[in-house]
Amino acid sequence: MAKYVVKRVLLAFVTVFIICAITFFAMNAIPGGPFNTEKALSPDVKAVLMERYNLDKPVGTQFVLYLQNLIHGDFGVSLKTGREISTIISDAASISARLGGMAAVIAIICGIVLGSFAALMRNKLPDRLIIFFSTLGAAVPSFVLATLLLLVFCIQLKWFPVWSSRDPSYVLPVIALSLYPMAYITRLTKTSMLDALSQDYVRTARAKGVPQWKVIFKHGLRNALIPVITYVGPMVAYILTGSLVVENIFTIGGLGTQMVDGITNRDYPLIMATTIFLAILMVAMNLISDLIYKLVDPRITFK
Amino acid sequence: MAEEKKEYLLEVKDLHTSFTTDSGEVQAVNGVSFNLREGEVLGIVGESGSGKSVTAYSIMQILAENGRVTSGQVLYRGEDITKYSKKQMASFRGKKCSIIFQDPMTSLNPVFTVGNQLMEAILLHTDKNRAQAKERAVEMLKLVGVNEPERRIKQYPHELSGGMRQRVMIAMALACEPDILIADEPTTALDVTIQAQILELMQELQKTLGMAIIMVTHDLGVIADMCDKIIVMYGGSVCERGTADDIFYSPRHEYTKGLLRSIPNVNNSKERLVPISGTPINLLNMPKGCAFCSRCDQAMKICLEEKPEELALSDTHKASCWMNIKQMAEEQAGGAKA
Amino acid sequence: MQNENNIPKKNPLSLQMDLSKFQLATEEEKAQQDVMSESTTFFKDGMRKLMKNPLAVGSIIVLVLVILLATFGPMVVPYGYDEMISIDGRRDKRAKNLAPFTWSETEQKYIDEGGELFPHILGTDELCRDYFVRVLYGTRVSLLVGLFASLIVLVIGLLYGSISGYVGGKADLIMMRIVDIIYSLPDMLMVILLSVVLKETLGPAIKGTVFDKIGTNMLSLFLVFGFLYWVSMARLVRGQILSVKENEYILAARAIGTKPGRIIRKHILPNCISVIIISTALQIPSAIFTESFLSFLGLGVQAPMPSLGSLANAAREGLQSYPYKLVFPAVMICLIVLAFNLLGDGLRDAFDPKLRR
Repeated sequence: MAKYVVKRVLLAFVTVFIICAITFFAMNAIPGGPFNTEKALSPDVKAVLMERYNLDKPVGTQFVLYLQNLIHGDFGVSLKTGREISTIISDAASISARLGGMAAVIAIICGIVLGSFAALMRNKLPDRLIIFFSTLGAAVPSFVLATLLLLVFCIQLKWFPVWSSRDPSYVLPVIALSLYPMAYITRLTKTSMLDALSQDYVRTARAKGVPQWKVIFKHGLRNALIPVITYVGPMVAYILTGSLVVENIFTIGGLGTQMVDGITNRDYPLIMATTIFLAILMVAMNLISDLIYKLVDPRITFK
Repeated sequence: MAEEKKEYLLEVKDLHTSFTTDSGEVQAVNGVSFNLREGEVLGIVGESGSGKSVTAYSIMQILAENGRVTSGQVLYRGEDITKYSKKQMASFRGKKCSIIFQDPMTSLNPVFTVGNQLMEAILLHTDKNRAQAKERAVEMLKLVGVNEPERRIKQYPHELSGGMRQRVMIAMALACEPDILIADEPTTALDVTIQAQILELMQELQKTLGMAIIMVTHDLGVIADMCDKIIVMYGGSVCERGTADDIFYSPRHEYTKGLLRSIPNVNNSKERLVPISGTPINLLNMPKGCAFCSRCDQAMKICLEEKPEELALSDTHKASCWMNIKQMAEEQAGGAKA
Repeated sequence: MQNENNIPKKNPLSLQMDLSKFQLATEEEKAQQDVMSESTTFFKDGMRKLMKNPLAVGSIIVLVLVILLATFGPMVVPYGYDEMISIDGRRDKRAKNLAPFTWSETEQKYIDEGGELFPHILGTDELCRDYFVRVLYGTRVSLLVGLFASLIVLVIGLLYGSISGYVGGKADLIMMRIVDIIYSLPDMLMVILLSVVLKETLGPAIKGTVFDKIGTNMLSLFLVFGFLYWVSMARLVRGQILSVKENEYILAARAIGTKPGRIIRKHILPNCISVIIISTALQIPSAIFTESFLSFLGLGVQAPMPSLGSLANAAREGLQSYPYKLVFPAVMICLIVLAFNLLGDGLRDAFDPKLRR
């Protein structure tokens, strides 16, 4: 077990390093430095700035320096606003974390409940309704859903206030963000539940005289949840990228908005920083969901 | 007759079970009747799809979701258990009647330890607390010949071999000392050497614990020296029943004869084995006559038209074959003439 | 049987049998008893199942309609996707943000004077372009993006996966390590990053070539798919091949000296083809999703070329006044994605051997 964990953590570090490298060199490949944009700077000022941000050194050295700064939590400064990116990220991350966390929890809970319910009511009306709506839910892009929710419930019906940092209303953005993963988990739970309930060991449990509800929740659900756990990693990735557009539409000042702003403003250090930060998060979540998966399923041997 | 009935532990009367599938209603069991006395070993033989396993599952009411008992009775000590509520049935299963399945590889839940699964049944059906249940689990494992039982109960099923798992299944089935043990092809999925061990174990346990066993198998060799009574099934109904001697030495149904011709025998190893030609009947389209007629060498016109009645050939031996009825008619006629 | 004559017509046990019935039955009579179920091939059986699935059939119909509309629609409608409405060669600046089936004043005047115009089925956009044509072009672009991206994924994944799975050993180990690392990269972020970078760097490199027409964004989208999305397909193919490779008939083919390429083509691929097709069918909607997502971030297809994603994104401005501008492309995306998803599910139910009972 310990060996496996070490191996997985090492792989995660390699992945993060590769992401940093790709991001850094990709950004450096873009022609034109950050200081030969809009305003023409005098050569002296430019030289000072270049030196300050280590831009006069070879790319390899720059990368090493960038990594060193990164380890110390220094992401550099935004070209647009001149603010420290680490401050921008720490401000934005708390909002995004709340939004993403709520969406993830709701998606998982509702998905598992609806999926199990559909499996138990197989081929009856509730099952058909749940599967109909989850299929539909998986076909609506998050930005369309977010825009429609905003239009209908915020602007037309005025049921929810428009987002402001003083009076944050998480309901609509959370719905917009959690619908797709919820639909996915619902369908996943249903199929794996049906699969688990048709297994021989469920028949064994019934033959032992285990009551119906316990057969379903102990023997069925426990096995049915294994595939759901493997989805947690991809789900976090979906929610994080989904929040790029959802935050933007609801004008929530989270990480997503920062990144999209970075893209529109060509603020490369900001794009780099947010990419790396989100990537580390995703890799970490993948690692955690992988480890939980191994814990829950004893059949997996630790190589 | 009424007094005799009471001493039956289990009585199955005209059981019909069918499954609803995409292609129609599959009648897997068509009017099976048999009875079982306390401590008796009953063998049910037949090829795949003959309805023997479904009969066993119907008794336990653990049929797949699309299957149901359409008519007939299952009497346990005179009580019809097909009328039991879910709760009554749950306390019947595992406590009064247990079952072990064909494939020990998939019949244990992979995510729980062996001990957990063993104790589950004990905790459900007895007043024992966890410590006592654990003790009982260890005791049972010892009884079925699992080495190092204290260590085994902490292991997961995938850590045990196939034979070991089947022993665990047997321990689980017997943990609450049921009156009846149904063994649904308990050795089919095992290696030949392990098969013999498991059968031996079951015979031993039967002697020490004295429960009745219903042995479902397609392997005549398995039941030959184990069973008091044997039922031969084909196409969802019983075609012949009798003691082991009746079935093995004087089979009176063409299907039984075919089955016997198809098993290898040390004594006549030079003889060629004769397979039963044709394929098992399609349960979706049951013929109106004898189920076996299309594969029977001796099939007569009447076999295609009408189902044969079960005819008593001796106190223990019964068969449902027109040949016997014809023969009896001939004898009667001969006798009448003489 | 020979003593038929000896038996009285009614036997004493009153079994009342007609004794002629005790004659041996002929083979034909017996054969009639055997009602065999119709034998079918794997493909036929699957198609029959697929055609029985109303959702799958509905999806096929919807997809065919959408494809026909996207292909032939723009030929029928006399407007171009980047063409501002003009009357008699003069730009009609009033034909801005028209509601569906309405005319601008200039157009109305033209019609009143006896001229004939094609109706603006979905109205016009803020640059006086016919919206219906733009939605049709957007559909075309999105479908093509989905199709091409899936094709790229299929080809790379198939090649990589089958080589890795077939060769095995050290090569397989190294190839799969690479796949593992690419797989653990957060794909969407990398897509965004690469799109940003490629957009900036590709532009000058392809100036004047055929690629310039496709646009850097579109090109970078395909490149990104080629870089990143093939890994799950490669894994799938490799897994399939490994499981098929174990079979004796592969050994048999190898034993008679069949070349590896032929074994892969003739023996291995046909056995995992259904899984691959299903996975490709499900790749299309995910590519369409990705494209619309990138379009939303301004990294999708190049203006003025529309895609469903960029149309939906553009519609967010003035959303309160013209909500239908969001609805049309959004419904189109949902319809296409839904149809592909349902078709993929239907195909899986019908053809996946693992799901057969």
